[in-house]
Amino acid sequence: MNPILEVRHLKKQFAELTAVDDISFQIQPGTCFGLLGPNGAGKTTTIEMIEGLTEPTGGEILYQGKPRDQRFKMEAGIQFQSTSVMDKLAVIEILKLFHSLYSKRSDLNALIQTCELQSLLPQKATKLSGGQKQRLMFALALINDPQIVFLDEPTTGLDPQSRRNLWGMIERIKAQGKTVLLTTHYMDEAEILCDTLVIVDRGKIIAQGTPQELLKQHFDHFYVSLDRADFESYLPHWPEAVNESHDVIEIQSQSVEATLQQLQQHQVNLRSLRVRNPTLEDLFLKLTGHSLRE
Amino acid sequence: MNKSLASHGQIIWALFVTRTKEFYRDRGALLWSMLLPICIVAAIAIAFSGKGQELFRVGVYQSGTALISEKLLEQPFVETVNYDNFEKALVRVRHHQLDLLLAADQPGKYWINETSVKGIAAEKLLLAQLDPIRKGGADTEWSRQLVSGQQIRYVDWVIPGVLGMNVMFGALFGIGFVIVRYRKNGVLKRLQVTPVTPLEFLTAQVLSRLLVMMITAAVVYIGCDLFLNFVMLGNYLLLALVAVLGIFAMITLALIIASRTASEELANGLLNFAAFPMLLLSEVWFSLDNAPAWLQAVSQCFPLTHMVQAARDIMMSGAGFVEVSHHLLVMTLMSGVFLAVAAYLFRWNER
Repeated sequence: MNPILEVRHLKKQFAELTAVDDISFQIQPGTCFGLLGPNGAGKTTTIEMIEGLTEPTGGEILYQGKPRDQRFKMEAGIQFQSTSVMDKLAVIEILKLFHSLYSKRSDLNALIQTCELQSLLPQKATKLSGGQKQRLMFALALINDPQIVFLDEPTTGLDPQSRRNLWGMIERIKAQGKTVLLTTHYMDEAEILCDTLVIVDRGKIIAQGTPQELLKQHFDHFYVSLDRADFESYLPHWPEAVNESHDVIEIQSQSVEATLQQLQQHQVNLRSLRVRNPTLEDLFLKLTGHSLRE
Repeated sequence: MNKSLASHGQIIWALFVTRTKEFYRDRGALLWSMLLPICIVAAIAIAFSGKGQELFRVGVYQSGTALISEKLLEQPFVETVNYDNFEKALVRVRHHQLDLLLAADQPGKYWINETSVKGIAAEKLLLAQLDPIRKGGADTEWSRQLVSGQQIRYVDWVIPGVLGMNVMFGALFGIGFVIVRYRKNGVLKRLQVTPVTPLEFLTAQVLSRLLVMMITAAVVYIGCDLFLNFVMLGNYLLLALVAVLGIFAMITLALIIASRTASEELANGLLNFAAFPMLLLSEVWFSLDNAPAWLQAVSQCFPLTHMVQAARDIMMSGAGFVEVSHHLLVMTLMSGVFLAVAAYLFRWNER
C-alpha cells in the first residue's frame, strides 16, 4: 500500500540548534502513527513542518506521493499542542465558523456527538475546562472530515478521566479509517493508540516499528519489583541484574516463575511484590540513558 | 483545487460576522468608544462657552509682497495669520475665525463679516491705525468688503477633528490590537492551517472594523449634534464617503503595524507612534495655518489630515465632491499603498 504521508531526510536548524536532524518515516493510510519522545526532542517541530507552519531547512514531505498543496490543507485536520479560539464566541459559533471555511465538511451534529460537546454548545470557549477545550479542538481538527489528523500532545495537562475520554475519541476516528499522526511523551498513550511509532530524541529517530516489535526486539525479560525494605538484605547475593531506586528494587527477570522460586527459597517477604512487562519508557531509558520526562 | 469566488465570499463573510460579534459582545469597549468622544466634545464646549480671549485675528494674504498696515499688525493684541490662498482666508472670515482680512495685492481693501462683533471692532481699529498713513499722503481709499456667513464656534471647528480623532484611535488600535492578540494566543495559527488566505482574513477584519467605526462615528456624530447643535452645511453622503475612505486608510495603516508582531507592548508603542503625530499635526485641535510650510507639508502625509480637512470643508463650508476630491483621491491612494504593504508583510506567525 502506498503511504499517505512520507517524510524524507527532514531537517530543521534554528541558529546553533539542530531541532530535527535527518528524520525519515512513512505513514500507511488508516493507521495511527506515533512520534514519541521527551519534551524538546523535536516532535512539535517535525509535525509543524509537515503541517506547513514551519519551513524545513532540508528534506522532503510527500502527501499521497506528491508535494503538499492546497489539497493537503483541505484534507488535513490539525490539533495543536496549545492554541486558542476567538474569545467572545460560544462553542457552537466556533464550530459553525470553522465548518464554513471548508468545502468538504463533516456532519456537524455527528461530530458534536463524537466529541461529546452537546452540553457545551452555548458556553464561551474561554470558560471551558482543559478537557472540554481539548474536545473542542479535537472537533475542529475533524470538522473538514479529514483524511489525515495531526494531534500534537493532545492529552498533555489533562486529568486521567479526560485523557481516557480523548483516547476513546481517537479510537473512534481510527475505526472510521482515518490516518492519525500523534505526538506524545506518554508511553502508555503511544502503546495503547499507536500502530507504529518512532522514538525521537534530540532531533533524531532512535527506534522505529510497532510498539510490540520494539519491545520484543529490545527486551527479553520482565520486571519483578519489591520494596527495598523487604529485599535489601538479599541484594548482595542476588544473581540477576537489578535496577535500584530510593524505595524499590526491580529485578530484571528472564522467567517470572524462576524468580519467584528463588525469592521463596530466600524466604523474602513478598507482600510488596509486583510484576510488569517492559514499557516504551524502559525502552527509551535503555536507548538513551535518560528517562522520557527528563 | 482553486476556490470559487463564492467560497472566497463565504469565508470572508464568516470571518466578518465572527469579528463583528466579538466586538459588540465586548460591551465595555463598545460603550467607551462612543462615550469618550462625546465627553471630550462636551468638555470643550463647556471650556469655550465663556467669554473668549480679547484678541483680534487679522489675516494677511501675500504678506511678503507689500507693506500692509504694519502699525495694526504690530499691536500686541493682534494676532496675524498669513495666507497664500485668498479663498481659504475668506472662508475663515466667513466663519468668524478671522476678524479681518487684508490682501497685499488689493491695496485699500479689507474684508470683514458684518455679523461679527469682533470684526467690526477690528475694522475700527484698522481705520484708526490707518488714518495716519492716509494723512501721510497715501492715495489709497480704504474700502470695506463684506463677507457673509454663519459664525463658526471653536466647537463647530473642532467637531470634525474630534470625530476624526475618535475614528483614528478606533481604527488603529481596534484592528491593530486584535490582530496582535490573535497572533499571540494562537488564533492566527489555527486559521493558518485552514483554507483561509491572508487576504481573506485581512479583508474580513478591515470590513468588520470599517462597519463598526462607521456605526460608532454615526452614533458619536448624532450624540454630539444633539448636545452641541454644531454646523453642518454640506452633504451627509459625501461626509460618509470621507469617513469611509479615512477609516479605510487608517485601518490599512494599522494592518502594516500589526503585520508581524505578537507583542502587545510593541504594538502599543508602534500604534502610538503612528497616532500621536497625526493627533498633533492633522489639525484636530488647532489649525496649522500659521505653521511653517514644511510642517504643513508633513501633515499632508497623514490620512487623518485629509479626512479632517475634507470633513471640515463639507461641514463648515458646504464643500461638494469636486472641492474635496483631492482629499478623497489621496486617502484612496494611501489605502491602496498601505494595504499592499500590509499584505506583503503579513505573517500568521511571529516567526
